[in-house]
Amino acid sequence: MTVDSTVPPRATARTSAGRSSGTAPSDHGRPSLLRLTVVELRKLTDTRSGFWLLVVIALLSAGIVTVFVLSVPDGDQRFDNLFAAAQIPVGLLLPVLGILLVTSEFSQRTLSTTFALVPRRHRVVLAKLAAGVLAALAAVVVCLATTTVGTLLATGDGATPGAWSTSAAAILGSAVFLVVNMLMGIAFGLMLHSTPLAIVLSLVLPVAWSVLGELVTRLRSAAEWLDIGTTTAVLVEPPAAGDLTAGQWARLAVSVAVWVGVPLVAGLVRTARREVS
Amino acid sequence: MGMITVEHLSKRYGGRTVVDDVSFTCPPGTVTGFLGPNGAGKSTTMRMICGLTPPSSGTATVCGSDYRRLPNPGREVGLLLDAGAQHPGRTGREALLLSALAMGVPRRRVDECLDRVGLSPAAARRRVRGYSLGMRQRLGLAQALLGDPRVLILDEPANGLDPEGILWMRGLLRDFADQGGTVLLSSHLLREVEAVADRLVVIGGGRVVAQGSRDELLADSGALVRARDPQALRAALDRAGLPVRATTDGGLLVGAEPGAVGQAAADAGVALVELRPAESAGLEQMFLTLTAGGDVRKDGK
Repeated sequence: MTVDSTVPPRATARTSAGRSSGTAPSDHGRPSLLRLTVVELRKLTDTRSGFWLLVVIALLSAGIVTVFVLSVPDGDQRFDNLFAAAQIPVGLLLPVLGILLVTSEFSQRTLSTTFALVPRRHRVVLAKLAAGVLAALAAVVVCLATTTVGTLLATGDGATPGAWSTSAAAILGSAVFLVVNMLMGIAFGLMLHSTPLAIVLSLVLPVAWSVLGELVTRLRSAAEWLDIGTTTAVLVEPPAAGDLTAGQWARLAVSVAVWVGVPLVAGLVRTARREVS
Repeated sequence: MGMITVEHLSKRYGGRTVVDDVSFTCPPGTVTGFLGPNGAGKSTTMRMICGLTPPSSGTATVCGSDYRRLPNPGREVGLLLDAGAQHPGRTGREALLLSALAMGVPRRRVDECLDRVGLSPAAARRRVRGYSLGMRQRLGLAQALLGDPRVLILDEPANGLDPEGILWMRGLLRDFADQGGTVLLSSHLLREVEAVADRLVVIGGGRVVAQGSRDELLADSGALVRARDPQALRAALDRAGLPVRATTDGGLLVGAEPGAVGQAAADAGVALVELRPAESAGLEQMFLTLTAGGDVRKDGK
């Protein structure tokens, strides 16, 4: 990280407090979003809990690929199938990472420091979203890596036809899937300000809505548009992972607007003026 | 012109007024002691100055601007509002690095500040979970100094410091102000700020009950007098029309200079045990009254 080198070195406080006799506006520019994003990325990894959550995510991805390689008929051990499997635990845990990125600042009371340094609070939120997107994209790379190793191990003999078949759409689908999951976690964390509440509700509410849509006939068509489990499944499920029709993209967009957009806006409003202690 | 200017700041939670029409300014080159018993509204006032708590009414500016409008506030204002507000899972150095990164100061500044507050490299590598309150205060102070600010706002920074640490901190703040910096520090102990503050703002029940330069406030505090027969003394003072401000343990605090008090006692034939200028006893007494929930008013200006 070389962000800090962009600022010229300054004298120490001992000598420079002397410049302070006036109330002239300062010459210090506000921190760029890039800089704040680097800070948020660092916060994801610099605590034990954050670090181990990342390790667990990678291990689970590798673990499920291993299970897949050991238990599924040889003919199905293809890259596309393994890739879909590798994303399941990642998609489940990334929202937790997103939630913690927000709620740990409340529970550990670091938010007063964060907001004191960046009083325009929406910029902190933007930086967290950007860090979340980057972390989700890194997760795509991890899934690709575990899948590649898994495919190599499973098809080393070269006997499986189409073992390496995948598409740009599948990778794009994976990126969208993981980014949406991550952002949903951040949005729920921002709306609820509490780790357990955000984790439970972000898991339970979509499932509850899905069940409701199944049970109540009049809700069925609405459920089809708003069930984020279904609308995102097409992003990762082989054989046509990520290959969405216009209608499927539309449904995805609507469900994301509801499950990510609404809590995000509610969270921004709630966080903008809230007293931080 | 104040580096910190607070005007008619108030904060109400429901029907409860926590800060009530507080106004004061902190000129550059001075240390202002913000004094009051616990729960007087000091922390809330400081949080309103820094934009962390939205005020119900009134305004506060730092470096001539609303804090929330400062482009990079960490470079203007060093804050220590709550030494406990650090992620326990981060090392002390990591906490500072995050702040340094956010405000764009070079990394070596982190080590300079750690060194300046007396946190050894070994201590800085440990997680904050294992820090004593004194170490957390030092870390918080390092964080406040990190951006090389011209204003320091410190809430109870002496809490948890040992006597030597308090002495060291006084020196640091005095230096900072002597270089032209502005310091606002709160305390619930008069003795703690008396030694370093140029100005005092005393707050009780959310209202400013006294403010002015330390010398004014201390000089203007009358006489402390004791007699073997307190009732006779009281009667003598009442007869002479001298206002008895408060009672201390066995003595009286009188709002008049010692000469007048002695004369009144002599006229009434009351034998005194002790008579001296009250100095900080006056402020202290006001303080005790505040803590006991009484209502006192005093203007040093």
